Amino acid sequence: MYLRTGERSPQMSNRLALRLALFGGFALVLFAILFFRLWQLQVLSGEEYLAEANNNRIREFRVSAPRGEILDRDGKVLVGNRTSLALVVRPQRLPADAAERRAELARLGELTHTSLRRVRRTIAEQQEVAAGAPVTLRRDVGDYLVYYLQENQDEFPGVEVQRVFVRRYPNGTLAAHTLGSVGEVSEEQLREARYESLEPGDRVGQDGVEYSYDGFLRGEPGLTRIQVDAFGRPTPSGRLVSKAPVPGDNLQLTIDADLQAAGDAALSGQGLYGAYVAMDVRSGQILAMGSNPTYDPAVFTRPLTQSQVDDLIRDPVAAPLTNRVIAGLYPTGSTFKPITSIAALAGGNVTPAESIYDDGVFTLGGIDFRNAGDAAYGSLSMQRALEVSSDVFYYTLGDRMYPGTDLQKWAGKLGIGREAGIDLPGEQPGLLPTPAWRNELYGERLTDRPWSAGDNVNLAVGQGDLQADPLQMAVAYATIANGGLVPRPHVGMQVEDAAGRVLREIETKPARRVRIDSEWRDVILDGLHDAAQSGEGTSYSVFGGFPVPVAGKTGTAERPPHADQSWYVVLAPYPDPEIVVAVTFEQGGFGAETAAPAALEILSEHFGRTAEPVSDGAGVVE
Amino acid sequence: MYATRARQAHPEPFAIRPSVAERLGLAYMDGTLALSAIALAAFSVLTLDQATVSDVPGAPDYFVERQVAYMGLGIVGMLLLARLDYSRFRELRVGLYTFLFVSVSLVFVFGFAARGSRRAFDLPFFSFQPSELGKLLLVLALAGFVIDGARRGSARQRTVRYLCLGLAPAALVFLQPDLGTSLVFGAITLAVMYVGGVPWTHLAGIGAAVVALTTLVLVVAPAVGTPILKGYQEERLTSFLHPDEHAGDAGYQQNQAKIAIGSGETTGRGDRATQTRLDFVPERHTDFIFAVIGERYGFAGAALVLSLYALLIWRALRIVTLSKNSYGTLVAGGIAAMLLFQVFVNVGMSLGIMPITGIPLPLMSYGGSSVLATFLAVGVLQSIHMQARLSQRGRFAW
Repeated sequence: MYLRTGERSPQMSNRLALRLALFGGFALVLFAILFFRLWQLQVLSGEEYLAEANNNRIREFRVSAPRGEILDRDGKVLVGNRTSLALVVRPQRLPADAAERRAELARLGELTHTSLRRVRRTIAEQQEVAAGAPVTLRRDVGDYLVYYLQENQDEFPGVEVQRVFVRRYPNGTLAAHTLGSVGEVSEEQLREARYESLEPGDRVGQDGVEYSYDGFLRGEPGLTRIQVDAFGRPTPSGRLVSKAPVPGDNLQLTIDADLQAAGDAALSGQGLYGAYVAMDVRSGQILAMGSNPTYDPAVFTRPLTQSQVDDLIRDPVAAPLTNRVIAGLYPTGSTFKPITSIAALAGGNVTPAESIYDDGVFTLGGIDFRNAGDAAYGSLSMQRALEVSSDVFYYTLGDRMYPGTDLQKWAGKLGIGREAGIDLPGEQPGLLPTPAWRNELYGERLTDRPWSAGDNVNLAVGQGDLQADPLQMAVAYATIANGGLVPRPHVGMQVEDAAGRVLREIETKPARRVRIDSEWRDVILDGLHDAAQSGEGTSYSVFGGFPVPVAGKTGTAERPPHADQSWYVVLAPYPDPEIVVAVTFEQGGFGAETAAPAALEILSEHFGRTAEPVSDGAGVVE
Repeated sequence: MYATRARQAHPEPFAIRPSVAERLGLAYMDGTLALSAIALAAFSVLTLDQATVSDVPGAPDYFVERQVAYMGLGIVGMLLLARLDYSRFRELRVGLYTFLFVSVSLVFVFGFAARGSRRAFDLPFFSFQPSELGKLLLVLALAGFVIDGARRGSARQRTVRYLCLGLAPAALVFLQPDLGTSLVFGAITLAVMYVGGVPWTHLAGIGAAVVALTTLVLVVAPAVGTPILKGYQEERLTSFLHPDEHAGDAGYQQNQAKIAIGSGETTGRGDRATQTRLDFVPERHTDFIFAVIGERYGFAGAALVLSLYALLIWRALRIVTLSKNSYGTLVAGGIAAMLLFQVFVNVGMSLGIMPITGIPLPLMSYGGSSVLATFLAVGVLQSIHMQARLSQRGRFAW
């Protein structure tokens, strides 16, 4: 304060001077506070406030990119896209006041012809699944509603209309398990590295090739940044940045749509739960694969209803979403015998020409192991044993390979009890029983006995604890047929851009190589050929009249408490196979009764030839 | 309580013909005071011009034109008042006080309502808010009463009398309701009493009563179910203490103002300002105009404005000490307190350290009555300054 003595009036008392000095000091303090606070806001934390100001005014809209199409090997569209207008509610942006929110939702209900209760339930249900995510109230809304909402945006805070791309499945359920489905990215997924660039509400492949090739199919969403005012209205010339969405690349599969259709029909024609796979024996390309029961992937383009959830997800027996080709684990029965043959030949436990006498019973430790149907085939070589499917012959080989682990070693080499490495999610390794495995369980008192010769004998005919899926069997047969290259099965063939230019070929190198003597291969293929197409063969009744020479093996596996598991694995054409088909049915009975006819339908489609009926079959005895 | 000041004549060594400035009375004005007030007004015009371009469709200068007109009027009024001897107001105290009381009361009868509050008259070409001019009237009248009653009654009686005189119009304004202006009335009353020599013990008692009253109004009354303040008033008063809880309401305004000021950083965002251009900050041309300055011109501009206010108030306080008589001291003290209180509360509100009370920023906020009244107050300060100078030189203007 200014108190120059010369100007001060002489009468001013000291008391007044003190008061005025305090007044001036007080003013000084107040200004100091203001200056300090101003400096703190603008200089010290200005950047933060600038960021907040930008956050205030800028709204980012993601423009979803169309996913790439999925094509079959000939370019036929298996999965396409269509556009749809979806009514989306962002629950966080609804009015905080309960009455206002209620009124808004009620009006929204009127516009979409749904009750308030239903609107609220939809929001609650979807929030339960993905808390905080935008709720799709309705898809495929009409233009009139869109215009109305856009004109009255102020009255509907938190409600948006989004143009979304929806998957289109022109062939219905065809190859549903291979294709998989698309759904909103989940909270857990967002934490994974592969979904790093995504935001809640984005849609990603959740199963099948949609999942495994998601990175190619997904594309990049576009981004529009708009400057808005305090009321959320875009300001004139407020479009700041816009980046067009980049459509995803197309994926061409190795699947042959026609073969797939025939396979799916053959599978569902039996009315049984089961699976089939048709694969190129050298490259591992999957030509067709299917699992029954199946589902329509289009259901995932809309919010699921409760009954759909019950049917699709909550039924552990039918489990329609499970791809039984890669996750259906069963004992394989006699289809295992070619694998046992390789193991025994490689270990020197038998020679291709050696005969073993089959009197119908193999006795081990006082227990009788009998042939199916109590048949007795007399003196048998391996080729003949495969033709008639002699169990006693293979019991003997199993016993000879005990206590060693040749059988397990070779079965493992051929791909049994391990994942084949197919480019689909959800593959299961299954179980190849080994002494180490059982003895460990026994050590932990989880089973009643250690490994014994009986286990090896059972495994030799694909029984006991063995758990394998159709893909593993197809890989094992393909490896025997092609002379030792273990193929890596795959359904992806190449990635192309929208114009059809190939961007990337999908690698098809064999998983590994095993040494298989051509003599062993020949005796097994001869035996399998006889089994399918010579008079006494186990599947002669099915393949006897098929004009293409094939080599196939039936399997009928005991799977208590269920009825027998039916199997058929076939290589064609004999003697230099190009395709392997593996079929299995739960509770399908004899292999020749259900699985072999389905395999025949698939091969008929593949070769374009049909089988003549055969009058005199050797029966279906194994 | 002060002895009447003897006028000392300083004989001139030479007889000099009065210059033009002298004859106009400008020579004895406080130039710094006038310039700082006019600089603030100019800054106000500049800011309003840029901040309100698109507020009234088809009339980009709507607010600026009106503000400039009132400023012109205010400056003329300031010059006229400067040449008057303010001491006459002391004689007119009863009339001034009555006029203050009547004009503020008439608002209840003839005033028009804006946002639920009757504060102003709607005259044919402009509206007029009597309580703005009332601030100055209260200073002039109350200072007169203090001088007049300096020897009547005990110290306690005097204190009670001043308090009643000051708080009666404050209560009326409070009922309009205009909480902010009634608080300014209260601040003026206290300042005049303080400069007028009310004993420290009484001041301490008043301070304690203010604290108790605040507690009663904000805490006790709502708790027992008889709120004295309106809901929005209470919310505004308390929201600055916990801004996040009120992000949607009163806290929202303050938060947006803080973001606006902070985002201005050191040198401001100029025309790229968004907070105050896109309606995020409400009342940006009136109560929150400091947020516009902060965002547009940054620390540089906002600090300059604050410095101009500091200059203005320093000059006012200096005039308090120069005054030729006690009445001038009290009046200048009241005006200095009025300015200081308004600047601190308004700027503090924008900076998030004071509650939202609806007090305009003197000379900056859009609003004719406020600008006019502030210039007139500066005019009274000039008059005190001039009279002091003239008395030192042994001359009278008229």
